[in-house]
Amino acid sequence: MGSINLKQVTKDFGDVSVIKPIDLAIKDGEFIVFVGPSGCGKSTLLRMIAGLEDTTSGNIEIDGQDATDTPPAKRGLAMVFQSYALYPHMSVRNNIAFPLKRAKVSKAEIEKKIASVTKTLNLSDYLDRKPGQLSGGQRQRVAIGRAIVRQPSAFLFDEPLSNLDASLRVNMRLEISELHKTLATTMIYVTHDQVEAMTMADRIAVFNAGIIEQVGSPLELYNTPVNKFVAGFIGSPKMNFIDIEPTATDATCCLGIRPEHITISTTSGTWPGKVGVIEHLGSETFLHVHVEGKATFTVKAGGDCPYVYGDNIYLSAVENKMLHFDAAGLTLSQ
Amino acid sequence: MATSNSRTLARLMLFPSVVLLLAWMLVPLCMTLYFSFLDYNLLTPGNNAFIGFLNYEFFLTDPAFFASFFNTILLVGGVLLITLGGGIGLAILLDQAIWGRNYVRIMVLAPFFVMPTVSALVWKNMLMNPVNGLFAHFATWLGMSPIDFFAQIPLLSIIIIVSWQWLPFAALILLTSIQSLDREQLDAADLDGAGPFSKFYYIVLPHLSRAITAVILIETIFLLSIFAEILVTTSGGPGYESTNITYLIYTQSLLQFDVGGGSAGGIVAVIIANIVAIFLMRLIGKNLED
Repeated sequence: MGSINLKQVTKDFGDVSVIKPIDLAIKDGEFIVFVGPSGCGKSTLLRMIAGLEDTTSGNIEIDGQDATDTPPAKRGLAMVFQSYALYPHMSVRNNIAFPLKRAKVSKAEIEKKIASVTKTLNLSDYLDRKPGQLSGGQRQRVAIGRAIVRQPSAFLFDEPLSNLDASLRVNMRLEISELHKTLATTMIYVTHDQVEAMTMADRIAVFNAGIIEQVGSPLELYNTPVNKFVAGFIGSPKMNFIDIEPTATDATCCLGIRPEHITISTTSGTWPGKVGVIEHLGSETFLHVHVEGKATFTVKAGGDCPYVYGDNIYLSAVENKMLHFDAAGLTLSQ
Repeated sequence: MATSNSRTLARLMLFPSVVLLLAWMLVPLCMTLYFSFLDYNLLTPGNNAFIGFLNYEFFLTDPAFFASFFNTILLVGGVLLITLGGGIGLAILLDQAIWGRNYVRIMVLAPFFVMPTVSALVWKNMLMNPVNGLFAHFATWLGMSPIDFFAQIPLLSIIIIVSWQWLPFAALILLTSIQSLDREQLDAADLDGAGPFSKFYYIVLPHLSRAITAVILIETIFLLSIFAEILVTTSGGPGYESTNITYLIYTQSLLQFDVGGGSAGGIVAVIIANIVAIFLMRLIGKNLED
């Protein structure tokens, strides 16, 4: 219960095509993350799956049934919005009960469900408060509670953590992952934050300009990106790109190397450079090294990094860890 | 406005206008209060004896007072009902994406800019006239006998005219409120299985409560003193059927030349307005808080 199949789904707003034909099979119980830069169509696709946007062409199948023209309420999906979209004049209890009351569930049953949901989400003490009296994290939990209580076949999350502060975001990330493990329900999660994508997903779909660039597990995307866009988007800090001249035997136009795959030496190496800004994070250090004639490299070093601003150093790539891209940006196999 | 210097200066500079405003309010009020205790009739000048509460006694025991008191309530309540109901409907319609929406909005607002006497005259002569009016023509076209609006249903006719004037105001305030509604709430309600009526009742209407409160308070203040529409159309008649308190005070003091009685009526009207204000603030004022 909870498999979703997208078949050649497209979306146009007037003349602008926001989603180009997309095929995607989401398995039951999977945590899939749609990630991409803003305006890439990931939220639109989520809203199409929810039924809040019309599908221009193609089919959306939920549990094997064509649901392309099914109204949102009949799709058996629940959504958590970026603004939480709680009903401000209703208490937490009524917010959570709202979908049940619409579905004509009996009073006793509603009470039972609310009790179990609020216990799972630690909301029991706030049942009679209005959303305005809750903190951001609590509101987020109420929104999730309102989604859970309907026992949907899949959850849709539309950038749910972007309004929270950094430490709360880490907590809620864990709570949502935990929730996925206990409920074992399909979850589709939209975010522009690749850290959220990497940490939470079973599979990630990387979106760019209305198409899916690559779908795969976080490590698949990290280690074997299909093109330059995915390579640059996944991973923090970003991968370093070095433009080179293609030769007759080698079509490589660009080399990609991750910050942790660069070694530093004071005596010799492939690229001589000057140390720029150094970011100390305690357990690790990021050095921004200006290489003559090339761009600025980001290099990851250990926590006790001896270099200071202005030092002259040499950088070399770790053997076999470099990615090669051709003129179109596609990854070449070595 | 932070230092004590600037605060003192601010108070000093505000002082003249505050005094002026206070005098502007207090002098007429005190004079009215004073006149209301006098036997002050313009037909018998020079007497002006102090007669205590006699003016009040006459005004409050006059059958016309009760008639006009209930007329006032009917007028205010009726107009509020129509403008709020129609206003919410219009606001929802105007919120839809339609072609030429901006022009429609301006046209909807137009009646509010027509002065009361003019709009009352237009209604009286062009629409509601039993011989030449549009409604009369329409009625005869349908084969019915035309309604003589100001003779048969005078108060309702005035309610209709005033509602026409105030509908745009209510619609506009409610429209701005509807536009500030978070669309994600409606999306969430869609997913939660709420139909159009549930969405309206549970999400749109509570969101509008603040705007509705503002409309009720503002309109009540103005509707208590409706005058021009009555003077132009029915002159309060037939009998006292379309007389409200404001119009009654006018007949007392300017048609019967009884300044004392009129003043007493004025003070009674002030008291009624205050009672209504307190009542409204208690009842719905909490919507404006937070």
